[in-house]
Amino acid sequence: MRGVRDAGVTNLLEAKGLHAAYGETRVLHGIDFAVRQGGVTALLGANGAGKTTTLRAICGLVRTRGELILDGKRIDGMATEDIVRLGCAHVPEGRGTFMELTVEENMRLGAYTRPARETTDDFEHMFDYFPRLKERYKQQAGTLSGGEQQMLAIVRALLLRPRLLLLDEPSFGLAPLVVQEIFRILARIKQDAGVSILLVEQNATIALEFSEDAYVLETGRIVMSGSSAEIGQDEGIRRSYLGY
Amino acid sequence: MLAGVLHQIMSGIATGGIYASVALALVMIYQATHHVNFAQGEMATFSTYIALTFINAGFPYWVAFLIAVVVSFGIGVAIERVLMRPLANAPVLASVGVFIGLLLIINAMSGWFFDYTIKQFPSPFPDHPMLGGYLSGHELGSTAVTLIVLISVYLFFRHTRLGLAMRAAAFNPTSSRLVGVRVGWMLALGWGLAAAIGAVAGCMVAPIVFLDPNMMSGILLYAFAGALLGGIDNPLGAVLGGFAVGIIENLGGAYLVGTELKLTMALVIIVAVLTIKPTGLMGRRVYSRV
Repeated sequence: MRGVRDAGVTNLLEAKGLHAAYGETRVLHGIDFAVRQGGVTALLGANGAGKTTTLRAICGLVRTRGELILDGKRIDGMATEDIVRLGCAHVPEGRGTFMELTVEENMRLGAYTRPARETTDDFEHMFDYFPRLKERYKQQAGTLSGGEQQMLAIVRALLLRPRLLLLDEPSFGLAPLVVQEIFRILARIKQDAGVSILLVEQNATIALEFSEDAYVLETGRIVMSGSSAEIGQDEGIRRSYLGY
Repeated sequence: MLAGVLHQIMSGIATGGIYASVALALVMIYQATHHVNFAQGEMATFSTYIALTFINAGFPYWVAFLIAVVVSFGIGVAIERVLMRPLANAPVLASVGVFIGLLLIINAMSGWFFDYTIKQFPSPFPDHPMLGGYLSGHELGSTAVTLIVLISVYLFFRHTRLGLAMRAAAFNPTSSRLVGVRVGWMLALGWGLAAAIGAVAGCMVAPIVFLDPNMMSGILLYAFAGALLGGIDNPLGAVLGGFAVGIIENLGGAYLVGTELKLTMALVIIVAVLTIKPTGLMGRRVYSRV
């Protein structure tokens, strides 16, 4: 499998002519993009551009048309549960915490698809990244702060042992210091786990710093793609699409 | 007097156990679908007929009982897969219509297959008074069976992977799918379990009230009152509510309103809970942002 743009590098995920719609409302109008093996790709754009929908389309949470290829295998039209089992983990918008369950139960659910004996070490590993979750282990997840819930959402996704991690606005609603902390840990995770990441962010500065490749979405179409460094330097793009 | 009160309380606990089981079955389906399964009682009645059929065919009581529970589980799963699945996103009234239709269909099927005459149903427990005369052998035995069922269900949901997945699927379907839980099957399992619990309740109550196609209709009302009293979204609350309704029913029937108006008390409890504290004693208040 050759890259869409960067021939010679393997793509873990490729989308070709991807459309998505909620009922009658069409949100994505045939977009092409790729996530490089082991890399971080950022998806930028204003509110309502279709960033979250793109992630939901990959996981089969929204009706789509077009091709989605994960590691050489067509996943469009597959059930969410099956896409997840192929190693695609999604940290959803709003964090998707199981509020009524404990932190421990949330983590067990993250590891649901894997045999229990395999995951004991992984739990310790997660506490290594996020010691605060260990302190809160027996606590009801609904009582966690926003930052802690974001950490828990990331942990739930990682416990799947994913090859592809979809992150939907991990900075949303969090204090700048917490955002920094989370991205510091994400950088560590990326190194350790060798996981490829597709990152959706409104905070373009952070996203461009953290990623190698980036796409800019505008009302369901990709208007720009390139290396994150290039896109960050292009003043026109910055002003029209990224708002800084 | 005191001995009499104690006696009423004890048999209240015995019948309360039946209400608690049915209330738990109602809550299980309510948590997953946000609908009350009006057909829960008729399903249990049908299950009891299955048990009776096997007993009459010469099977030992507990074998027939077990067959009824397992078959009911299968029927519950099938109902979810075939009838409820297509309604997942239907408007509330459509679902309510289907539940009522299901009630009528199963009721008619019970009458059609097993006829409408009132039948005796055997008890597997000894026929003499126990605990110093406070409880009959059947009351004591059926209380023990219901307690075993309730505790097993609790342990299943608390301490098994599948139980956790079923709770997760009820609380947050999307997040559950994102961790690989097959939410559709969890719903079907929930229906199966509810039907199986109903089967146990039906077999335990039938020796007392006798078996006919309408056997569970009153019991469903008590169970619903119990579930509402404890909180329709809280399994533990519903179980305790079921026991409470059993005791209130017995005490009220003996000392307050007489046996003819017992069922009215269930309705009074329902109306009182809904007007005074709609969430029930242990229910959660749900806020929705609009």
